[in-house]
Amino acid sequence: MRENVVIRTVSRLSIPFIQLFALYVIVHGASGAGGGFQGGVVFATSFILLLIAFGLPGVRSRFSGRSARIFAAAGIFIYAGIGLLCIFYTGNFLEYAAIESASGIPHLHALLIDLVEAGIGITVLAVMTMIIVVFADKGEIQRD
Amino acid sequence: MKKLALIAVIFIGIILFWAVGDMPAFGDPDAPANQHVARMYIDRTLPDIGIDNIVTAIIASYRGFDTLGEVVVIFTAGISVILLLRRGEER
Amino acid sequence: MIEDLFGLFLSRYNYWMAIILMLIGLYALIAKQNLVKKIIGLNIFQTAIFLFYISFADVTGGTAPIYTEEGTSALYVNPLPHALMLTAIVVGVSITAVALSLVVRIYQEYQVMDEDELLEEMRRP
Repeated sequence: MRENVVIRTVSRLSIPFIQLFALYVIVHGASGAGGGFQGGVVFATSFILLLIAFGLPGVRSRFSGRSARIFAAAGIFIYAGIGLLCIFYTGNFLEYAAIESASGIPHLHALLIDLVEAGIGITVLAVMTMIIVVFADKGEIQRD
Repeated sequence: MKKLALIAVIFIGIILFWAVGDMPAFGDPDAPANQHVARMYIDRTLPDIGIDNIVTAIIASYRGFDTLGEVVVIFTAGISVILLLRRGEER
Repeated sequence: MIEDLFGLFLSRYNYWMAIILMLIGLYALIAKQNLVKKIIGLNIFQTAIFLFYISFADVTGGTAPIYTEEGTSALYVNPLPHALMLTAIVVGVSITAVALSLVVRIYQEYQVMDEDELLEEMRRP
């Protein structure tokens, strides 16, 4: 049982830093290397480490199957919602320049790209975690 | 069966090696793949959009519709895995 | 003639590497009997395609496609294949996830994971 203590302590120390790095990668998608897909996968890696160190109850109590499904749908909702918002400002679907020229706020194009990347990151994180937890569980989804 | 597969793979390999002679050299700045559309993306990202990362500008703004389809593909893969592996209802 | 062939080989070595990887992946996909080995062969094939595209986007002396202080006058590598291959990597991950879940269901139903034994089990009434 000694190696269990080592794995659990090291995981407890490093999981918050992995999640912080994942948020860094998502937010810096516009001005450096990074983006939505990459940051979402790094965030899901922290949940996989939680699964390896603490077993299935450790992940289920913190990120249940129901929240994963809601997050997966919410990311697509954000992306398509911003695209529909561009239609209200007399542009085409997903034409961010129309909102920027109609409302006059500077740098709005870059801000909308950041929001869209955050939506992509949320969906990728939820789906990757959902796949790994369903495989580890041998297929039971719980009625929660 | 395995010999047949090996013969087919080697035949495809010979055809592909013969086609390498027409490809541009590694790192050629005058290759036709680097000219028209890529040149336009590099020149017009900073005035049009104003962000520094050209690859993010391509996937999120110039070709944003493809990225929307991409996110739907990931979502569909997650739903398929849940549908294939669930066992909660047979009890 | 011999110098021509030599120049052909030395200046285009990236395509040769991608083609060799692609052939290894194709052989594993066709000729192996185990289902998980076939899925691994599919992944090797996809990786060879990514390497092929990214390698012909390179420009000698170019830097990463993120703007430096000089702006548009500096030499950047071609950014378009990088964007296309991001999409392709995501598709590869999705295919592997669904294929592995199909293999798990096949094993639960028939208790075999070989292609020939599986066909025998399916023909038995």
